[in-house]
Amino acid sequence: MRTPIRAGFPGRSPPHSPAVPIGSEVRRQKEGPEGRDALSGTSQGHALMRAVRRRVTMLAQMSAVTDCVAEMSVIPEVGIRVRETEVSKAPEAYPRLVRPVKGRVIAGVAQGAAAQLRLDPVVLRLAFVLLTVVDGLGFVAYAALWMFTPKEQVKGREPGRDWGQLAAYGVLWLALAAFGWMTGASSGGFGTWPIAVGGIGALILWQQADPGRRQRWMTGAVKQVSTTWVRTIIGALLVAVGAVGFLAASGELAKARTGLVFTAVVVGGILMIAAPYLASLVKELQRERTERIRQEERAEVAAHVHDSVLHTLTLIQRNASDAREVTRLARSQERELRNWLYQPKQDADATLAAAVRRVAAEEEDAHGVPIEVVCVGDCELTDGLVALLHAARQAMVNAAKYSESPVISVYAEVEADEVTVFVRDRGKGFVLDDVPEDRMGIRQSIIGRMERHGGSARVRTEPGDGTEVMLTMKRNT
Amino acid sequence: MKTVRVLIVDDHRLFRSGVRAELGPSIQVIGEADDVDSAVAAIADLEPDVVLLDVHMPGGGGQEVLKRVLGPGSQVRFLALSVSDAAEDVIGVIRGGARGYVTKTISGAELTDAIIRVSDGDAVFSPRLAGFVLDAFASTEAPPIDPELDSLTQREREVLRLIARGYAYKEIAKELFISVKTVETHVSSVLRKLQLSNRHELSRWATARRLV
Repeated sequence: MRTPIRAGFPGRSPPHSPAVPIGSEVRRQKEGPEGRDALSGTSQGHALMRAVRRRVTMLAQMSAVTDCVAEMSVIPEVGIRVRETEVSKAPEAYPRLVRPVKGRVIAGVAQGAAAQLRLDPVVLRLAFVLLTVVDGLGFVAYAALWMFTPKEQVKGREPGRDWGQLAAYGVLWLALAAFGWMTGASSGGFGTWPIAVGGIGALILWQQADPGRRQRWMTGAVKQVSTTWVRTIIGALLVAVGAVGFLAASGELAKARTGLVFTAVVVGGILMIAAPYLASLVKELQRERTERIRQEERAEVAAHVHDSVLHTLTLIQRNASDAREVTRLARSQERELRNWLYQPKQDADATLAAAVRRVAAEEEDAHGVPIEVVCVGDCELTDGLVALLHAARQAMVNAAKYSESPVISVYAEVEADEVTVFVRDRGKGFVLDDVPEDRMGIRQSIIGRMERHGGSARVRTEPGDGTEVMLTMKRNT
Repeated sequence: MKTVRVLIVDDHRLFRSGVRAELGPSIQVIGEADDVDSAVAAIADLEPDVVLLDVHMPGGGGQEVLKRVLGPGSQVRFLALSVSDAAEDVIGVIRGGARGYVTKTISGAELTDAIIRVSDGDAVFSPRLAGFVLDAFASTEAPPIDPELDSLTQREREVLRLIARGYAYKEIAKELFISVKTVETHVSSVLRKLQLSNRHELSRWATARRLV
C-alpha cells in the first residue's frame, strides 16, 4: 500500500498539539478509499486493520502521556508546593495546635502556631521577640502557649535545638531591648505599639516576598544558619540605624535637619518594604523566562520527534514487506534528522547550498537512490543560479533513472566569481553522440538551459565508467 | 597480503557486530571496547594496528581516547567512524590525531579499503571531509601565518575537489595523470596541514558551523 503521507519535517514551525493530528491522520488513511479497497474481505486485511487500529490507540495513548508530561513540567515548582500544602492540610480540617520537636528554637511554640496560621515560623518568632521588648508581653504569651500546648509525639531520640537560630534571635532581642531602654519606649504607653505592629508587618512583607527563601526556612535545616546570621546582622544594623535616627530626631537637633532625617527614615522604610518585592519580582521574571525557553525548546524537540521520527517508524512498520519503501523512508528520515541536527539554519529559497540540498533530497525521495551532497562555500541565489539548479536537478534525475548507480555524488563549490556543480554517478554510462537529437533531458534541460543563462555544461561519460555532469555559472548573472 | 589487526571502539553493540561482519578477510578484529576507559586499556593491552573509533561515546568520546593514547612513540593509527556530520566533530577528531574520517553509511568494502590505507600510514578522506577541509581553508582572505602549513597547494586542492566529487583514489590518479601513491601523498600532506596548522580560522570555522 503506497501511503499518501509524507513524513513531515516541521523544521522550526511552532509546535502543535501532538495528540490529534497523528491519530486523525492515520485514521483518515485507514478509512480512505484505497485503504478500504485493498484491505476489505481477506483475513489478512482484517489482521492488518486490527494492527492499524492497535497502533492508532497506542499512538493516542503515547501522545496523551506526552501531553501529561509536558503539562506537568510546565509548573514543576507550583505542582510540588501545592502537593506539600495538601499533604500538610490533609489529615484533618482543623489540626490541633502542637509544639513540633524538629526544628524548634526554644520549645516549638512559634513553629506550632505558625503551622496553624500557615505562616513562616520566623515571622512568629520575630513577633514574639518584638512583643517581649514591649512590656514583656511576648514572654507572657510564649509561656502561656508553652504550658497549654501539647508537645508533638516523636519516636526515638529527640532532635536538638536549632542553636544558630536561637543565638540570632537572642542578638536581635538584645538590640531591640537596648533600643527600647534608650528611647524609654519599652516603659509602656501607646507610642511603642506602632513600632511593634509596624515591625511585625514588615516581617510578614519580607517573608511573603520570597517563596523560595520561605521554602528553605520552612525546612529549618541547620545549614541555613549562615544565611540566617547574615540576615540577622543586617536586621540588627537596620535597627541600630533606626535608633540613631530616632535619637537624633528627639535629641533637639536643628529643626531643618529633623525634617530631613525623618524624610530619610520614611524613604528608607518604603525602600525596605518595596525592595524585597522588586527583587523577588525580578527573580521570578528571570526564572519564568528560562523556564519558558526550556519549555519551548523541549516542545520543539518533542514536536519534531513526534512528527517525523515516530511517524516514519510507524510507516516503516506498516511497509515492512516493501524493502525499497522501507529504505526510502529510513533514508529520508535520516536526512531530515541530520539536517535538523547538524546543518545551520538556511533558507532553501535564498542560498545556494540549502537549495542544492533540497533539490537532492527531493530527487532522492522521488527515485529512491541515495544522493550524497557536499557543498563548499555558499552565496545568494540569482536568476542564473536558479537555472543552474534546474539543470543540476535534471542531471540528478537522469543519473537516478538511467544510470543504475547505487549512489550519486553532488558537489557544489562557490568560488569568488563562479559557481560549479558536479553531478556524478558510477553507473553504466552512455555514448553522448548516440543520444538522439530529440531527447530533451541532456541537450535542452541541461546544456541548452545553461547556455541560455550564460553558463556552461559539460558531460563526461563513457560506457561502463559512469557519468559526470559539470555545470558552471558566473555568480553575477 | 598481511592482515590488519583492528580494534573496534563504539558504544553500540549492534553496530560493532555489524562492522565485524562486514569487514573483508584481510582484516582481523582483535577486540572491541564500548567506552573511553576500556578503549584506552584495550589499546595498551592488544596493540592493534588500527583503531576504528566512534566520535560520540560515554566518558568524553573519541577525542578523549585520542588525547590519552596518542603521544610520542605511539604506533597505533586511528580511523574515525561516526554517524555525525557535524563539522566540529569531523575537524575535532582529525585535529585530535585520527588519520581519517568516514561516516557509518560507508559500505563494508570501502571500510576495509580505508582501514588498509590507514594501516599503511595514509590518510582517508570521505567526500564530506574533503568538502569541510576545502571550506575551512578557503574561508578566509587573511594572509597565512605559516605559508607552508596554512594553505593548500593547487594540486592538493585539485585532489580534494575530486574526492569531494565522489572520485576514488584510483580515479583521481587517472584524472590527474599521477600515480595512486602520489594521490595518497597529497592527501597525507593535507592531513598534516589540517592537524598542525594553528590557524585560528580552522577552529573558528568549525565552531561557526556548529548547531546553535
